[in-house]
Amino acid sequence: MTNQALAIETRGLCKRFGDVRANDQINLQVKAGTVHGIVGENGAGKSTLLKMLFGFYSPNSGDILVNGEHVSFISPSDAMARGVGMVHQHFMLVEPFTVLENIILGAEGTRNLDEAKETARAALLELEEKFGFDLPLDAPVENLAVGVRQRAEILKALYKGAEILILDEPTAVLTPQESDQLFALVKLLKEQGKTILFVTHKLHEIMAVTDDVTVIRAGKIVALRKTAETDAAELAELMVGAVVVREVARERHADDQARLVLNEVSCSNEQGQRALKNVSLEVCDGEVLGIAGVAGNGQTELLEVVTGLRAVESGSINYCGTCVSNSDAMTDPISLRRMGMAHVVEDRLKTGVVESMSASENIILGYQREPDFVNHGVLKLKDIANRAEDYFESQDVRPRNPDLNIGSFSGGNQQKIVFAREIAREPQLMVIGQPTRGVDIGAVTKIHDQITELRNAGKALLVVSADLDELLAISDRIAVMCEGEVIGTMAVEDADEKTLGLMMAGQHLDAALAATAGEAG
Amino acid sequence: MAGASDKLPWWANSVLLPILNLLAAFLVSGLVIWGLGEDPLLALSYMVEGAFGFEEGISYTFYYATNFIFTGLAVSLAFHAGHFNIGGEGQAMLGGLGLTFAVFMVGDFSPFVSIVFAIIGAALFGGLWAYIPAYLQAKRGSHIVITTIMFNFIASALLAYFLVGPLQREGGQMPESADFPDSASLMGIHELLAAMGVSFEEGPMNISLLIGLACAVGVWFLLWRTRFGYELRVVGQNPNAAKFGGISVSRMTIIAMMISGALAGMMGLNELLGEQHRLLGNFTLGYGFVGIAVAFMGRNHPVGIVLAALLFGALYQGGAELAFEMPTITRDLIVMIQGLVILFAGAMEHMFRSPVVMLFERFAVRSAA
Amino acid sequence: MMEFLADITLLADSTIRIATPLVLAALAGLVAERGGIVDIGLEGKMLAAAFAAAAAAAVTGSPWAGLVAGVGASVMLALLHGYVAISQRGNQIVSGMAVNIAVAGLAPTLANFWFHQGGQTPLLTGDARFGAITLPFADALADVPFLGQLYSDIISGHNLITYLTVLLVPGTAWMLYKTRFGLRLRAVGENPEAVDTAGISVVRLRYQAMIIAGVLCGFAGTVLSTGLGAGFIRDMSAGKGFLALAAMIFGKWKPVPTLLACLLFGFVDALQGRLQGVEFPFIGEIPVQFTMMLPYILTVLILAGFVGRIQAPRASGIPYEKDH
Repeated sequence: MTNQALAIETRGLCKRFGDVRANDQINLQVKAGTVHGIVGENGAGKSTLLKMLFGFYSPNSGDILVNGEHVSFISPSDAMARGVGMVHQHFMLVEPFTVLENIILGAEGTRNLDEAKETARAALLELEEKFGFDLPLDAPVENLAVGVRQRAEILKALYKGAEILILDEPTAVLTPQESDQLFALVKLLKEQGKTILFVTHKLHEIMAVTDDVTVIRAGKIVALRKTAETDAAELAELMVGAVVVREVARERHADDQARLVLNEVSCSNEQGQRALKNVSLEVCDGEVLGIAGVAGNGQTELLEVVTGLRAVESGSINYCGTCVSNSDAMTDPISLRRMGMAHVVEDRLKTGVVESMSASENIILGYQREPDFVNHGVLKLKDIANRAEDYFESQDVRPRNPDLNIGSFSGGNQQKIVFAREIAREPQLMVIGQPTRGVDIGAVTKIHDQITELRNAGKALLVVSADLDELLAISDRIAVMCEGEVIGTMAVEDADEKTLGLMMAGQHLDAALAATAGEAG
Repeated sequence: MAGASDKLPWWANSVLLPILNLLAAFLVSGLVIWGLGEDPLLALSYMVEGAFGFEEGISYTFYYATNFIFTGLAVSLAFHAGHFNIGGEGQAMLGGLGLTFAVFMVGDFSPFVSIVFAIIGAALFGGLWAYIPAYLQAKRGSHIVITTIMFNFIASALLAYFLVGPLQREGGQMPESADFPDSASLMGIHELLAAMGVSFEEGPMNISLLIGLACAVGVWFLLWRTRFGYELRVVGQNPNAAKFGGISVSRMTIIAMMISGALAGMMGLNELLGEQHRLLGNFTLGYGFVGIAVAFMGRNHPVGIVLAALLFGALYQGGAELAFEMPTITRDLIVMIQGLVILFAGAMEHMFRSPVVMLFERFAVRSAA
Repeated sequence: MMEFLADITLLADSTIRIATPLVLAALAGLVAERGGIVDIGLEGKMLAAAFAAAAAAAVTGSPWAGLVAGVGASVMLALLHGYVAISQRGNQIVSGMAVNIAVAGLAPTLANFWFHQGGQTPLLTGDARFGAITLPFADALADVPFLGQLYSDIISGHNLITYLTVLLVPGTAWMLYKTRFGLRLRAVGENPEAVDTAGISVVRLRYQAMIIAGVLCGFAGTVLSTGLGAGFIRDMSAGKGFLALAAMIFGKWKPVPTLLACLLFGFVDALQGRLQGVEFPFIGEIPVQFTMMLPYILTVLILAGFVGRIQAPRASGIPYEKDH
């Protein structure tokens, strides 16, 4: 292992934020000309490490060596000068600018913009040829699809002379098919002599693409393996530290009672584009319907139309047999709650809680007109305080102080408070978006258990998640959304990642099944 | 109450920081005074003496403070709903117009009726003047800061029109209205005290001060003890969460701004019913903008606002005395101090907060050890 | 007919005159906001510059000294606002308003202290002002019908700063769209993180934007007191800074449309002066107070009519924080 040249090496790298040791004595070894995976859970410290390699953060102690030489990066341009380029998870693109303008930003070469563009254009066409890109250089980025934008980011790094490419969770927003295309590109880049650092928390990607893999847990490196000499199970165990059994009791409970019915529902999104196109689905009592799909394909709008946050343009939504939304009228969120619907939002801090208010004040959000909390317009502070304490007890929220700003609780504890708020009135239908986003692994299990308990008790649940594994674990049926349409619905027993992946890319159910059957044969 | 900031005890947040802000503003102003060739400390002593040193001065201090209570509450209520109401000047002017119409309509009937109608008139007109910019912001996305400032200018012209036209006092060339009917007058505090057997020098301080204090209590109760106030604060702190909670953001914006305008409108009660007894052009004298400084210094809380209003009342009264004793310094200096307070207490909060937080953390560590 | 033409000429001439400070201030606000900083302190900067310019011109007798002083005062305030917005990450609207109020108080105080005229500066005469410049051949062409009158009455006869402003509009456009700096500036107002990761200093770009804005406002204030007027009077900016903001929004943060918006405002302001005392059929004479309201009402109408998809620079007003 030590004979081959190391493109990147770190020795004893440390980074602290206050009391938290985000990176602790990291000794990373990335061989040149290989694809090196870095895997770890959310919050393990991968992001921090990358930001130091890229020059965005400065380490507190330790050394970084690039191609055998000590380096000290003060800014990303230092890293770039050394041939280290990064493709971020959240793209660093200026929306109204064209691809060309985005690529030359910071590397214009000359003060005259027109000149800079022409020079760059020539160089870029060469690069595109070499690596098989085909990007519309003069299209504004805001008009481009996600996969295309990512390629633009990669081209940007290559243009600036990157020999070492760092890809941070690149497949988070791609369909499985787009991911395959990315893997092919990675292979091509490796053949051309580039070194790739591939950061992800998805184990099957590591197995598919990398030569070596480093596992990070709680800020420390816990293992370095040759990919060929390990497997997903071992990596999972190293990542998490203990075998996590994700089996959830699966007795079928579904009634025929359709609690929520969507009939050919269409609506538009914030930008005025069609977000839902004639969506029809139902959720029955005693079942969990999981909605799979790459984020941004209408799932958010689906949650919004069901919960009274977005108007329906055609079609209708029925809840408990009554029409709650169609092109003429929409029932408001408070009435929906009184009818027995509860909503755990996707983006907790943005929509589900008021970060600057206390936990006590947050537990009445959505329920502030209920007689439990209000008497003739005046708040019943004592009752609210007692209720908050009850929630904290039942969900084991730490620290046990409802007067603290809800923003000062961890993500997992915030989600527990939100869950307590929403199940308090024993809703008949629960609409949940990204149930375990930003939640640590211990709390994840508890939340999945609660979902299953609700289902066993005969409630209807609609769950949207970007995590396919989660959906496969907790759902009874899975519906796949792509570009605002429901591509197909299947019982969870019949589902597997390949079929679902094809559907997420838009292929209809039959075609997807045929394709996977063909491959299996 | 808003969630506890676990970094600072409440008194540091609510008392120490505003004092630091004020000290900074004073320091800069002191430098300017010194630059003008005068002794800053002497200037300060003149101001303190002028504000609190004699009974008539105290009366003036509280008289000015009453104005600032109304405008400070107005700005702060709008702020809690997430908007910056810079239109206090215009809303106060319209409030004055409204109460003028009211008292002339009621005539010399009964003091109680006159005053009640005056309050309604002031609040109604002030609220309506805030309605249009609020509506435009909520429904059309028009920047409320710019529209309210435009409305200030429009109000000023409107008031001028009425005072040289329909409302003008007969026989005179002055842009002012006829005197109000005798019954439309607010009792001075000195009269109230006299009725209770306490003697106090005559001055402009009148019972609108008590109305203002009542409004302060009312605003506190509204914001932190009622469902409406809760919804208002949610709208101001997270409009997405408000929508999630079934609260209409546009409706709340409009209602909050109207209440804010109504509060600003009531400022006219103090000046016009309490002291001037007629409607004057530009009677608002920039007090709408003082409300902004008062709201920030008072940390947008009614108790703080009353105290900050008192402070600014002292500044204005003290400033008048100072201008008398030191002719090189005009009352404009007080306006400058006002701007500095807004800068330090409003925009440069972090600059003061961070060192204080650090100091507390070090102190906490030491005492824990 | 002749009277009508004379009216139009006068109106056009006044429009250009009145629009000058508006255009300069609007360009200032535009540059700042393209860089991501919301600056409602244009009013205060203009007023400060007007005072400094008038004071310096009164003392030295030279409008150029006034210009230097005016620009200097405005740039200092721009840097203050920049400091609050960029380094302190404070509330930009509050900061802008604070500057406006503080200047409204400080300027007359200093004026009174130095000149003892109750808050004004002494009247500027002759060479102490930026006087009207007669363009070459203006007198010769004055009698040529139509085009000649256009040239000699409307185009010629403005002060230096007005002519400079005419150049500054395409100049600003060139800066924004044809230079490297302009590309980076526009980027930092849309996505400062992208700029940061490209290795460019967000802080430096934004301060540079504020300095440019300060210079432009400095010109605006200077022309107010030494070009259009003859000295500083308390509150002389009279809301022009806010009209400039409205024009900038109307012009969607692009230099040429902003210029047109400012011309519109200038025209309305010129018109209201012309309408005073005029008898209309049916309505009679419009009271002077109502004609005075015209520019402000127009602003509200524009802001009300312009709805929805006006896209300000995406990162505008949001302090940039790197979680180092």
